[in-house]
Amino acid sequence: MQELKILSPTAILGYGFPEDSFQKGLEQNPDFIAVDAGSTDPGPHYLGAGVSFTDREAVKRDLKLMIKAGKKLGIPILVGTAGGSGANIHLAWTEDIVEEIAKEENLKLKVALISAEIPKEEILKKYEEGKIGPLPPAGEVSREAIESTSRIVAQMGVEPIMEALDNDVDLVLAGRAFDPTVFAAPCIKAGFPVGLALHMGKILECASIAATPGSGSDCMLGTLKQDCFILETPNPDRKCTVTSIAAHTLYEKNNPYKLYGPGGIIDLEETKFTQLDDRRVKVSGSQFMPSEEYTIKLEGARKIGYRTISIAGTRDPIMIRQIDDILEAVKSMTRRNFSHESTDDYEILFAIYGRDGVMGKLEPNKDMKPHELGIIIEVIARTQELANTICSFTRSSLLHYGYPGRIATAGNLAFRYSPSDIPAGEVYEFSLYHLLTVEDPKEYFPVTLKELG
Amino acid sequence: MSVPLTELAEVIRSKNSGPYELTMDIIFKDFVSYEKVKQNRVINKKLISRLYQIPEGDISSIIEFDPARAIKITIKRPIVAGAVGESDVYGAQQHAPLLTIEV
Repeated sequence: MQELKILSPTAILGYGFPEDSFQKGLEQNPDFIAVDAGSTDPGPHYLGAGVSFTDREAVKRDLKLMIKAGKKLGIPILVGTAGGSGANIHLAWTEDIVEEIAKEENLKLKVALISAEIPKEEILKKYEEGKIGPLPPAGEVSREAIESTSRIVAQMGVEPIMEALDNDVDLVLAGRAFDPTVFAAPCIKAGFPVGLALHMGKILECASIAATPGSGSDCMLGTLKQDCFILETPNPDRKCTVTSIAAHTLYEKNNPYKLYGPGGIIDLEETKFTQLDDRRVKVSGSQFMPSEEYTIKLEGARKIGYRTISIAGTRDPIMIRQIDDILEAVKSMTRRNFSHESTDDYEILFAIYGRDGVMGKLEPNKDMKPHELGIIIEVIARTQELANTICSFTRSSLLHYGYPGRIATAGNLAFRYSPSDIPAGEVYEFSLYHLLTVEDPKEYFPVTLKELG
Repeated sequence: MSVPLTELAEVIRSKNSGPYELTMDIIFKDFVSYEKVKQNRVINKKLISRLYQIPEGDISSIIEFDPARAIKITIKRPIVAGAVGESDVYGAQQHAPLLTIEV
């Protein structure tokens, strides 16, 4: 095979793409359509609670266009990190959408599903065997951290996806996958160099974010050859430049020269970016360096309680001057009033927008004199009811707190919403972000074949 | 004579690099400015430590990337993304102190 073309419709499945661009991409006769559907960036809630950060209707819209195009051209569709976090529940959510599309469009689809969730018992066993190591700056893993984790996934490499492609399928739905793998797997399977395939995948997974002007909701086409790959945007209003592509290589990674992934490193020390014409960039020289041991990245989230928030503002300079003292006093009032509740069971936090609400500890300008402040009262508690109670009491106490020098005696807060308190549900935190050493890259990623529709 | 970094750079941004790190990119408009800033080691651990009020030990790396005319700074997050009290889950709004740099 001389070259292989992969069309990436959008940065995240469900973020959308213009049908015009997609059509122009299809006119170039791609060999595969592949898309990344997930990320840990939206935070630990989605993995822990087993829900998607993308909307079901938006995902269905994108998938329907992709599946219909794939069927028409007779080419496979690949989806990585299905459902946003790629655990079994996310995979089933995506499968359900595919089933619905197949029925509506009268299609019979041969689908390979690749699971990426690992049972806690298995992880504990591997922990005892010393197979789980840290990924700095995250610390060492503990037995307690594993035991308290609600759900654990691992990022698969290309191997399970290559196996899935052995089965002449219409669609591959992969659970949690290293972002470039759904793009790289068909290329490596066809005999193209691993380093170039993975580097192209790293860029395609964000689709048009790597173009200029950039967009998270538009297509990118990659053409892989034996000694290079070429990137172009089907949308004529965007283009790929050496700057946009090279800059994207920096994106979301701590080291642009070495991109760590399952089983090795994509080494970009020798990578060359060349402007082919006004709209296309050629990339060459990227190498894959296999590591001695094959490691996969584990991700886990654990539930720490329930959240309720109340959003308010103040425009009073006398209050703003002493805001920290006031908030501390109100916190104490709440604690005293609920002295029968253990303070281990709830936590009260205040986010102060207009001062350091965005940067927190990293904010260098803490002494600015804002004329108004946005205050978010946030309570995290053992139960939703307790979070509601503590938030409600803190809100009413702050509203009427008689701080020293107060002139505005009718109320201290401006509320935009009624009801003013918003129960925000389960709260999770990342509890695992570690490396597991495996003997077989396919060990934890079984492939299941199904007929849908 | 000093020049604001914002005049030399076309991109100054921050983003998560996983939930435990923040990574900041300064991409220069042209090679001349990039080379000058790179040669003079303007962007160094001492400066970043002062701008973000963090110990130098929390700065994972400062890397120059010629193909993109870019300098990349990676720091340890003071609070893990999405943890209690954390304020920017994508890490996309932690770049502002870099806008104040004079070269």
